[in-house]
Amino acid sequence: MKISREDVVRVAELAHLGLTPDEIDSYRAQLDGILTYIDKLNELDLANVEPMAQVLYTSATPSATESHPELRDDTLRPCDVADSVLTRAPDAVKPFFRVPRVIDR
Amino acid sequence: MSAGTPWRIASVRAALQAKQISARELAAEFYGRIYKRNAELNAYLTLSPERAYAQADRIDAAVARGETLPPLAGVPMAIKDVISTRGVRTTCASKMLEDYIPPYDATAVERLERAGAVLLGKTNCDEFAMGGSNENSAYGPVRNPVALDRVPGGSSGGSAAAVAAGLAVAALGTDTGGSIRQPGSFCGIPGLMPTYGRVSRYGLVAFASSLDKIGPFATNVADAAAVLSVIAGHDENDSTSAAVPVPDYIGETEKSVKGLRIGVPEDYFGAGLDPEVKEKVQSGIALLEKLGCRRVPLQMPHTDYAIAAYYIIATAEASSNLARYDGVRYGLRVPGGTLTEMYRQTRERGFGPEVKRRIMLGTYALSAGYYDAYYLRAQSVRALIARDFADAFQKVDAIVTPTSPIPPFRLGEKALDPLQMYLADIYTVTGSLAGVPGISVPCGKTKAGLPVGLQVFVPHFKEGCVLQIAHAFEQAGGSTI
Repeated sequence: MKISREDVVRVAELAHLGLTPDEIDSYRAQLDGILTYIDKLNELDLANVEPMAQVLYTSATPSATESHPELRDDTLRPCDVADSVLTRAPDAVKPFFRVPRVIDR
Repeated sequence: MSAGTPWRIASVRAALQAKQISARELAAEFYGRIYKRNAELNAYLTLSPERAYAQADRIDAAVARGETLPPLAGVPMAIKDVISTRGVRTTCASKMLEDYIPPYDATAVERLERAGAVLLGKTNCDEFAMGGSNENSAYGPVRNPVALDRVPGGSSGGSAAAVAAGLAVAALGTDTGGSIRQPGSFCGIPGLMPTYGRVSRYGLVAFASSLDKIGPFATNVADAAAVLSVIAGHDENDSTSAAVPVPDYIGETEKSVKGLRIGVPEDYFGAGLDPEVKEKVQSGIALLEKLGCRRVPLQMPHTDYAIAAYYIIATAEASSNLARYDGVRYGLRVPGGTLTEMYRQTRERGFGPEVKRRIMLGTYALSAGYYDAYYLRAQSVRALIARDFADAFQKVDAIVTPTSPIPPFRLGEKALDPLQMYLADIYTVTGSLAGVPGISVPCGKTKAGLPVGLQVFVPHFKEGCVLQIAHAFEQAGGSTI
């Protein structure tokens, strides 16, 4: 068994996901099957392989600006969206989003 | 033009210029079709007639003034509902965003509209683009217009079904692990995944940021090229969009394929491939040889590890991207006594089963003690798969494979076993991990009349070549092979 019921409960807590007892059981079984399949990755010798962190660029490229012509100048631009963003919030009191008590104890 | 004749971009333009139809009439014709067929197909989730008719009127005014029309003038299009549209509800097929109305347009949407396209509405998909059958939508599955008891594929199932059923001339989808190519294959139309970075993702609701791409569906390859020409190119609002010049993709489709070396990886024709799909794809490869392509056998030894690497990387990124849905700033909020209770209840109620499953898997893979064993290992395997592609492209101009190992399956047939569903992505996720462009182009039908797709991969930013091959294949009768 790759993953226990307790693991599922712990992960759900990390992900802020409420799960019913039935969901905990079914996710445990399904995740166990998926993780067992993923064990396949252990068949490969990866000692000399650098993990891929960028799709189109490698860490060997010389300078940031040369390899990333996409980067624009760091200049201030107005971003006047606060009102339209706040009107979409479930509960807002300008200029804030309002939420329940943050400190539980 | 009589009912049932498929409109294409060139015929829309010709009809507008000759004043045979107005853009408004054309939009009305498509809404008429949608009202007739959508209850059955469930391809559209939201229609935007106000916006569509306003745009159509602008085009008609340009026609009346005798102006040169922009490239997609009056073309009725559909947009997958994970792409933001200002003022038009964008749900991601999730209860979490049931009432969410974006305050801005995605760059791809803005560019389409600037090019004259008429946006009819937003299409159904798997929730947050997670799935391969469109059965994970919170608003019900889409039916495949070719065979109504079958799935249209996913996650961009609504966009593919809308185009295949004549409810849009072209559509935008998104592809993370096959979500454009596989529904294109299942619905019998071309679906193009561009290079990672070719099309701006500003305004695309993120699923897996190192894999997500926006791309077109159309009824023919030339139309897909025309849409790509409009949406491709650097965008200062997306630093992952590449500053690589955009060639004339429509011109590229016309080039001869004579002498091109096409690689056929043995690893894509082994166990698990449906015999009828195999036969059709082999006939497709023979057709390309007849057109003058040279077939080169290939080995891509890490293909078998792609699913395992993909489902770690994609879910890890998803678990992080979807952390933003917490009930604070937009979307659903389920009240709770404390902030943590509010988060938990909002996410419990707002997300469907597949999204929760992927958040769980991704959170587990990134959690303390497991990061090296899963995420880092998967990223190393991703490097090996990218190397398989780079090595292959030393020897060949393109790689040709089946798009999906199986033809479209029945609704509900695979819904109970998530791992079996994941394994069906085997031929598409490889190219996704490598970031290369790929297309699925129709390649005949099975005896039961179900569409088969031929997939073509080419090196980064060689979309012109993938369109050239797909176009030649289509013109030579590949879709009825």
